Amino acid sequence: MEDKPVISIKNLWAGYEADTILEDISFEMFQNDYVGLIGPNGGGKTTLIRVILGLLKPDKGTISVMGQEPVRGRRHIGYVSQFQVEDKHFPISVWDVVALGRLQPNLLQNFHIRPYDKEVIELALQQTGMFEYRKRTMNELSGGQRQRIYISRALAAEPKILLLDEPTSSVDSQSSNQIYNLLAELNDHIAILLISHDLTAISTYVKTIGCVNRQLIYQGNKELTADMVEIGYGCPVDLIAHGLPHRVIAGHQHEDHHD
Amino acid sequence: MIEQLSTIFSYEFMRNALIASFWISLATGVIGSLVVLNQIVSLSGGIAHAAYGGVGIAYYLGMDPMLGALLFSTASALIMGAVQRKTRSGADTLIGVMWSIGMAIGIIFISLTPGYKANLMSYLFGSILAVSGTDLRLMALIAFLVLGFVFFTYRSLLAISYDETFSTVRNVPVNLVYLTMLVLIGLTVVVAMRMVGLILVIALLSIPPAIALNHFKDVRPIMLCSVVLSFLLCFFGLVISFQTNIQAGPVIILLASAAFLISSLVRRLHLSKKP
Repeated sequence: MEDKPVISIKNLWAGYEADTILEDISFEMFQNDYVGLIGPNGGGKTTLIRVILGLLKPDKGTISVMGQEPVRGRRHIGYVSQFQVEDKHFPISVWDVVALGRLQPNLLQNFHIRPYDKEVIELALQQTGMFEYRKRTMNELSGGQRQRIYISRALAAEPKILLLDEPTSSVDSQSSNQIYNLLAELNDHIAILLISHDLTAISTYVKTIGCVNRQLIYQGNKELTADMVEIGYGCPVDLIAHGLPHRVIAGHQHEDHHD
Repeated sequence: MIEQLSTIFSYEFMRNALIASFWISLATGVIGSLVVLNQIVSLSGGIAHAAYGGVGIAYYLGMDPMLGALLFSTASALIMGAVQRKTRSGADTLIGVMWSIGMAIGIIFISLTPGYKANLMSYLFGSILAVSGTDLRLMALIAFLVLGFVFFTYRSLLAISYDETFSTVRNVPVNLVYLTMLVLIGLTVVVAMRMVGLILVIALLSIPPAIALNHFKDVRPIMLCSVVLSFLLCFFGLVISFQTNIQAGPVIILLASAAFLISSLVRRLHLSKKP
């Protein structure tokens, strides 16, 4: 059981029409993992997420989520989407948003919220410390609070895997730290895959790190290797890598302790 | 005042108009809220205008124009919906194209039909005062379909309207719910056409929810408020229309627009008072 990957990708190619975005990607992730994937904008991070969620069919290669096709296996994924500005205007309460995590494929089962669903929703709100905000409207919340609601919504699905897309892109640094601390706690029983263009933010918290830019470099360790930089990461990494070519992450962690 | 009203509604055609207002308000208030929240006002406009093609063809074939409108609006709702599911960006152009094709087909078939066709104007501008018993039954049926659909699939509808991607990942049958919603918009548009005409139907569909959205923060009260508002607007529109002998449709829409303006001003004042 422990040895079975929660996400397994083999020689996968994917893209839109003639435009190939992901080339020959292989990747395995296990139950206790906390993986951060970084990469430049336009490097295929979003495409990778769409493939894992079964929203985009790969052109070649195989992918499984909890040993199933993504379309079936995705029910085990708690998806935390990127913050969208349009969301701000939709009249919906915090409770109703988190309750979306309990949605079932059967329309009639969604007719009402069962007592068990209610318990799960309450717990999910408590885990992110947002329970007292349950009666608020989403557009009354700050960016960081809203992000925690999205995490609650993902948790309400009782996931085996949390998949986060740029979780701190619209969040101030203090809320961002809170979110990463929360994720570290959740990692006790949920595998986490975090995708971001922000290396400095995620490198401190994840257990292992990889890089996506058309290809994917992931060796299952915490150091950012020369390989990763080589496949075309942008300038910030180059700068750090020049000083500390092999211990980028360790060096960075040290820096953060002083903050 | 009361006496005046009882005189107005002593006429059977006015009582029918009032009953029609009730059923239409139920349907437009509820489905219109979804139209506004899903930002598919122009798609609904496309459905309404495409329906005119059905009116023309049915008239040419000697069938009931309402039947033609219902068939055309359902078909166009499904086509536009299906295209919109595939390509988010392509839908906008397609809406414009189907909008005009529907109108063109309608006009061509009507001009091919010999004889007097004054009553076809009523599909463009509404003829609430000429609703028949059959019309009323159709309106009631469609109102019940809309209410039943929204009641039984409320959570899924809310999910899809708020975050379609998340709903898909939860394996909610997004396409089924979305297309059913569009078909119901099409049916509602056709019956509301009897009231205000297809040109003004978009206003009846979108203005009451837009007002409600200014003042409520949950979808259910927004729907309820839209229904009530829509009925009040139709009621006062009918009374004014009766007194002044001006067509009901445009009066209702102007009233609605005035209400929207006032509501927006009130909201702005309210917001500026807050620190």
